[in-house]
Amino acid sequence: MSTLEIDRVRKSYGHFEVLKEVSISIGTGDFLVLLGPSGCGKSTLLNMIAGLETISGGEIRIAGKTVNELSPKDRDIAMVFQSYALYPTMTVRQNIEFGMKIRKVTQADRAKAVKTASDLLQIDHLLDRKPSQLSGGQRQRVAMGRAIVREPKLFLFDEPLSNLDAKLRVDMRTEIKRLHARLGTTIVYVTHDQIEAMTLATRVAVMKDGVVQQLDEPQAVYDRPANVYVARFVGSPAMNIVPAVLEVQGSTATAVIDIARRPAARIAGITLSSEALQRYAGKKVLVGIRPENFSIATGAAPPSLTIDFDVVEPTGPDTLAVFQLGGVEVTARLPPKQAHAGQEAALSVDTSKTVLFDIESETRID
Amino acid sequence: MAEALSQSGKARLGRIVIYTCLLIVALLYLMPLWVMVSTSLKPLDEIYGGSFIGLPKVVTLDAWRAAWSQACIGTECTGLKPYFVNSLLMVIPAVALSTGIGAINGYILTKWKFPGANFVFGLMLFGCFLPYQAILIPMARTLGLLGLAGSIPGLVAVHVSYGICFTTLFFRNYFVSLPDELTKAAMVDGAGFFRIFWSVILPTSIPIIVVSCIWQFTQIWNDFLFGVSFTSGSSSPITVALNNIVNVTTGRKQYNVDMAAAMIAAIPTLVVYIVAGRYFVRGLTAGAVKG
Amino acid sequence: MSASTRMSSRLAAWLPRIVVAPSLLVVIVTVYLFILWTGLISVTSSKFVPTYDFVGLEQYVRLWATPRWHTAVANLFIFSALFLALSTGLGLLMAILLDQNIRAEGALRAIYLYPMALSFIVTGTAWKWIMNPGLGIQRVVNDLGWTDFRFDWITDPQMAIYTVVVAGVWQSSGFAMAIFLAGLRGIDNSVIKAAQIEGATLPLIYRQIIIPMLRPAMLSVIVLLSYIAIKSFDLVLALTNGGPGTATELPSTFMFSATFRRNQMGVGAASAVMMLMTVAAIIIPYLYSELREKNNG
Ligand SMILES: Nc1ncnc2c1ncn2[C@@H]1O[C@H](COP(=O)(O)OP(=O)(O)OP(=O)(O)O)[C@@H](O)[C@H]1O
Ligand SMILES: [Mg+2]
Repeated sequence: MSTLEIDRVRKSYGHFEVLKEVSISIGTGDFLVLLGPSGCGKSTLLNMIAGLETISGGEIRIAGKTVNELSPKDRDIAMVFQSYALYPTMTVRQNIEFGMKIRKVTQADRAKAVKTASDLLQIDHLLDRKPSQLSGGQRQRVAMGRAIVREPKLFLFDEPLSNLDAKLRVDMRTEIKRLHARLGTTIVYVTHDQIEAMTLATRVAVMKDGVVQQLDEPQAVYDRPANVYVARFVGSPAMNIVPAVLEVQGSTATAVIDIARRPAARIAGITLSSEALQRYAGKKVLVGIRPENFSIATGAAPPSLTIDFDVVEPTGPDTLAVFQLGGVEVTARLPPKQAHAGQEAALSVDTSKTVLFDIESETRID
Repeated sequence: MAEALSQSGKARLGRIVIYTCLLIVALLYLMPLWVMVSTSLKPLDEIYGGSFIGLPKVVTLDAWRAAWSQACIGTECTGLKPYFVNSLLMVIPAVALSTGIGAINGYILTKWKFPGANFVFGLMLFGCFLPYQAILIPMARTLGLLGLAGSIPGLVAVHVSYGICFTTLFFRNYFVSLPDELTKAAMVDGAGFFRIFWSVILPTSIPIIVVSCIWQFTQIWNDFLFGVSFTSGSSSPITVALNNIVNVTTGRKQYNVDMAAAMIAAIPTLVVYIVAGRYFVRGLTAGAVKG
Repeated sequence: MSASTRMSSRLAAWLPRIVVAPSLLVVIVTVYLFILWTGLISVTSSKFVPTYDFVGLEQYVRLWATPRWHTAVANLFIFSALFLALSTGLGLLMAILLDQNIRAEGALRAIYLYPMALSFIVTGTAWKWIMNPGLGIQRVVNDLGWTDFRFDWITDPQMAIYTVVVAGVWQSSGFAMAIFLAGLRGIDNSVIKAAQIEGATLPLIYRQIIIPMLRPAMLSVIVLLSYIAIKSFDLVLALTNGGPGTATELPSTFMFSATFRRNQMGVGAASAVMMLMTVAAIIIPYLYSELREKNNG
């Protein structure tokens, strides 16, 4: 168990810069998720933590110790790969024991470790099979077992669930969460699935093109995304980003959004710092509204906007209603049966959850 | 109904034509083997009597015996036996060495890529297509300088030198399809360069080891150019000795002995082909089918 | 401690290169250096042993003034063209026929391919006997009653080169078949089904869709067979020994006899360089395109 500090780490292949000054630091027992689209450099960063890729610049410290020059085996880490990377010619037991044999763990201790891990993961009946005789979920468990017996300071997971079907993925997700609660080991986990990130992480690092966009707790990333990119990447359906003009009344602001053939929408009561109020008064901004922050206006509060629904998609627990706002398509998540295609509706917006972004830099305005 | 019938009749006719073509070609391909075997079992008089394609009237192993232990190669009348042994002594170390070296080269060129690894592979790849006439003279000189001229170890060295081009190609193309994560996992487990090769990579490569061994065995056993260029007399491999037997011009030509000798030279590779034909085909197409 | 781990990790980083180095050295010496060496000898007046006196392109001039070399080059053209056309055509035909859900496919494939396992010396010996005018096929047909049937190509200087073609095709067409068959098996079945739904007949599907899709296999076959043709040596030696006279001389046999039999090492080296250049002109573009596709794909 230990801390991990990634300090201005860079990586380039020739002239191609994959990682540009990445800095992340997490504490003992943290569950860090590296979240980002394909090709953004997540695996590269994970491999550098593991010692499988050289570091072009900066420093990586595990438990306070610089590991830049250490080979993987000296870093006290364990890793689970996307393809599981089970040794195909060895049985499950031999797979799990392989690392221990290299570290010259005694036969008795090996047997004990295998027993503990296989009980924990419920794979004791599979120990004498070859990887080719296992299902995807079972292979996944074996790969985790191989990592667990190492008792490392740091677990590294590279998209461990992406080769599983949807149902199994949810089950294994819970399993990994339980494992983390039980072992308490620090984990770095790579995924491009934002739901995995939200459910598992204690800290999320959202990456894009080799740059960390935001490093925070999952709920904070969801509620207060650092920029438009993060706002769109986290959450499904994505946050609606709509151009608006900011009007300032005293200590709060109102975002005014054009609607075709209807009066402009007015989202009032947005709180901002006085600096921001001053700077953006009368200026164009981007307003970010999560789909679930729309609701059908009731008598009590005046509606923020009146629109016509274009398309309505019932999903079961709720209904996604699509309409035009400020020249872009916007999705609202409403209770079932409250919206119908072509229907006119008055909606209100939860202003406390509304975020604003600078139209140029696309970063959040506080 | 009638139309459907004639349809299926046409289809059946088509099948018959296909099978007939295939069978005729198969017979044509088998004919030389049949002629070799049957001629080798006939007494010489029967052959000169004009029996070429037919079954032997009298079956005799005399020709085989003569080819194995009595036929004259040059001035020595020892039969093919010592040359068969020469070929074995040459082929076994050459196959083992070239396969082993090719395996480790393929491992390095895929799992431990260094800058320029692809260029190194390109250099070796061209070696597969080298017309050996282009190196014959320098190789003869070099073997002479090393004191290996006309010796079996010299031939082994030559076959290993050019064989590693092929074996490296085989193993590289096979290892490319093994996921890199496998080596990474082993590295995290603490295994080093040789340990990963020995415990993780090699056990997964039995098929390609077989392919490589068979390919090398066939190539080296069947080689004639190196044998005839770099050896002479009693150190020759079997192909050279066979050619000498066949090209003897004195006396009445003993076609049955020639054919028995050809069969003796052919049997090892034929056996390998029959036992492991699947792997043989893989080796054959390795240079052509993208890996 | 950290210094020593750094040392060992540096050693680990170099280990792969150190292990591959001897092989690389061997290949550089025995392939590339030896080629240069041969090239060097080709511009000297070497006869029985190499002598290193520069005579310019004299050996090349002498080579191209040798009628025997002209025969060899002409033979190479005849042989390669026929050998390639027949092996490719026969190989493709057999592959297509074998691809029709044939019952004994495995056995038939094995029969078509077994000659590939034989030494060219064995092949040559066998065909020499089969084409023997006195006792071989000609005799069989004569004995059947067709008494003026002649099949004496092997002793006829005009025709002898075609006997080499026959034996070569017998040995190598199975190889073409194997590659074509692998190509056919790699074609997505749904393409054929889609064409069938559109009402295309089987021969049409083959002509218009499948054979064009075999282009990569075709390229491989042609390149590899050309290479086999250019280096053919043992086959000629065993079958005709270059004769009658010099009728079946090929560049490969010419090089060998000039160097080792006629003490014209310089001319032999020059002919080897000519062979190498021919092979390189075919193989290097092929390897280049194969490797590039592999890297992209
Ligand atoms: N050996 C290499 N040489 C050159 N570029 C590389 C190399 N390895 C990776 N890259 C590039 O680095 C970038 C980041 O790759 P990486 O594997 O880290 O992406 P990732 O975020 O893990 O994506 P995915 O979700 O698809 O796994 C990619 O653009 C990739 O093309
Ligand atoms: Mg990745």
